[in-house]
Amino acid sequence: MTLPYAAVETSHLVHLAPVDLAIVIFYFALVLAIGFYLKGRANTGEDFFMAGREMTAWVAGLSFLSANLGALELMGWAGSAYQYGILATHWYWIGAIPAMLFLALVMMPFYYISKTHSVPGYLKLRFGEPARAVSSVSFAFMTVLMSGVNMFAMAKVMQIVLGWDINVSIWLSAGTVAIYVAFGGLRSAIFNEVLQFFLIWAGALLIPILGLYEAGGWANLKVLIAQRASDQYVHLWSTLGSFSNNPMGINWVGIVFGLGAVISMGYWTTDFLVVQRILAAKDLRSAEMAPIIGAGFKMLVPLIVIMPGLLGLAVLDQKLVPESVAAVTGAHSYNDVLPLMLARYCGPGLLGLGITALIAGFMSGMAGNVTAFTTVWTYDIYRPLINSKGSDHHYVNMGRWTTVIGVLISVGTAYLVMQFASIMDYVQALFSFFIAPLFGTVVLGMLWKRATGAGGFLGLLCGTLSSVGMWAWVKVDPLALRYVALSPNAKTLAQDMFQALWSFLICVIVTVVVSLATKPKTDAELNGLVYGLTPVPSVGNIPVYQKPVFWAGIVGVVFVILNVIFW
Amino acid sequence: MISIWFFIGVSLLVNGLLILGAGLFEWRNPPAHPTVHLFHLHANVWWGALLTLIGAAYCYFFKPGQKKA
Repeated sequence: MTLPYAAVETSHLVHLAPVDLAIVIFYFALVLAIGFYLKGRANTGEDFFMAGREMTAWVAGLSFLSANLGALELMGWAGSAYQYGILATHWYWIGAIPAMLFLALVMMPFYYISKTHSVPGYLKLRFGEPARAVSSVSFAFMTVLMSGVNMFAMAKVMQIVLGWDINVSIWLSAGTVAIYVAFGGLRSAIFNEVLQFFLIWAGALLIPILGLYEAGGWANLKVLIAQRASDQYVHLWSTLGSFSNNPMGINWVGIVFGLGAVISMGYWTTDFLVVQRILAAKDLRSAEMAPIIGAGFKMLVPLIVIMPGLLGLAVLDQKLVPESVAAVTGAHSYNDVLPLMLARYCGPGLLGLGITALIAGFMSGMAGNVTAFTTVWTYDIYRPLINSKGSDHHYVNMGRWTTVIGVLISVGTAYLVMQFASIMDYVQALFSFFIAPLFGTVVLGMLWKRATGAGGFLGLLCGTLSSVGMWAWVKVDPLALRYVALSPNAKTLAQDMFQALWSFLICVIVTVVVSLATKPKTDAELNGLVYGLTPVPSVGNIPVYQKPVFWAGIVGVVFVILNVIFW
Repeated sequence: MISIWFFIGVSLLVNGLLILGAGLFEWRNPPAHPTVHLFHLHANVWWGALLTLIGAAYCYFFKPGQKKA
């Protein structure tokens, strides 16, 4: 996924009518009003950093999903659907649903009953300070960078799509996010993420509805895509037998094990940005139901992300091109497909809503990163390493100031990315370095009582370094991809999947070997942190249809049926 | 505390009314050369109406003092 910024800069994709501008302005007014309203309800650390731990399953679940439904995601994956066809759906189904259900039923009870404030906080409890230090410092660094990337991406997209000045977009979005997060903390961010969820559906759902009407239905759409591109673009699994049979240059091993078993598990279960939303749930049942609700809606997201890309393949007169070609020729790139489809079907008013949905997606992406950064900085870096004797009020003030400073660092990052666009690619690669090994460390810590502090720390370190090493190897010698991904026909996305798979395995092997050679903690010390030594609390004596496992089963069955239908 | 769903309702209601109004205006004063495809379906009218209805329902059922967030 690359940043959609190389399209024509001299002519705008769309022109807003006064009613469209009114909708955009109303959005800014509403989010600021929510921030001001919630200001008086974020006075304690529990309120500011954990939203008072009083969110219902629906609010936590939709916020959990929205934290991953930013505008970069929407535009990037719509572009990927145009480029790779329906294969991009794997990132929404096998690349999300099993991991969300695993989080709900297996991992959430531990996060929740340990009452940790963060994922690095769990690592401290389970493996000790070194593991937390590695995890928290790398995470804090990455979140402010990602926030800046979101900021720059939004400003650039607004410049291309609407012709807005890039500096105005950066400072307007930064100021708005700083105000509403500094005032309301995590609760404010969660409220705005749920608002963003509704705006995205309200703004984007018309594209598949009208697009399918124009194409003559799903069956006819498949025929049109086969005529204009290839039959390979409309099959989810049947082309994954070998690397050369599909436009993505990947095989089923990479999708099932690299994406489904490692990357998605790592992202959805250990990335604190999304897990923080669930930790804000009001009780264990809500904390378990939230990812399941998120998974239910996640299965529908391809309708508003993948379908516009497929429709673009079928109905757009022009041929979209890669970013590198677009930068030279001035043609529209793959990543422009969503705004192009928006402009194709949406008249005055609807266009404003669609643009507002994109702005909301960018801003909540920034806010999500900033709130996660603020919590990890305050609880996992500042408190243990700098000032462990502050009052609760002191830490809340630190959180508010960290929010403002985090936003300012993000602005600096945004300008840095503006000067050196390739930073964007490096930042995304950096993020992937930590995800897979971190999952190995956390899951071993939760499921295997013999794992020791030294094992966890060295496993995490070796896994991360191996990931960096493989990435650098392919960067220096692109032909090395055939060794990392096990095929001369492998393409870029296959590298990500196999790199994650190997770094996860290295993390697990190192953790196991070092753990067996070092002294484990006693069972009493691991109470509340490891399966088998912890009485997992029950969700209560409730009817079957209210139990998380029942709904997880339903989501699982629908997930299987969808994969078979689009096989 | 005002429910989050009330804020959602306000957002959908205001946006729905603006879109519905713009759609009705465009229906009565159609452009000579519509720039959007499927203009004859007047999507902004029925989509705006739908958002208005959903927004109004959320505002009613979650108005301040009624339910907790």
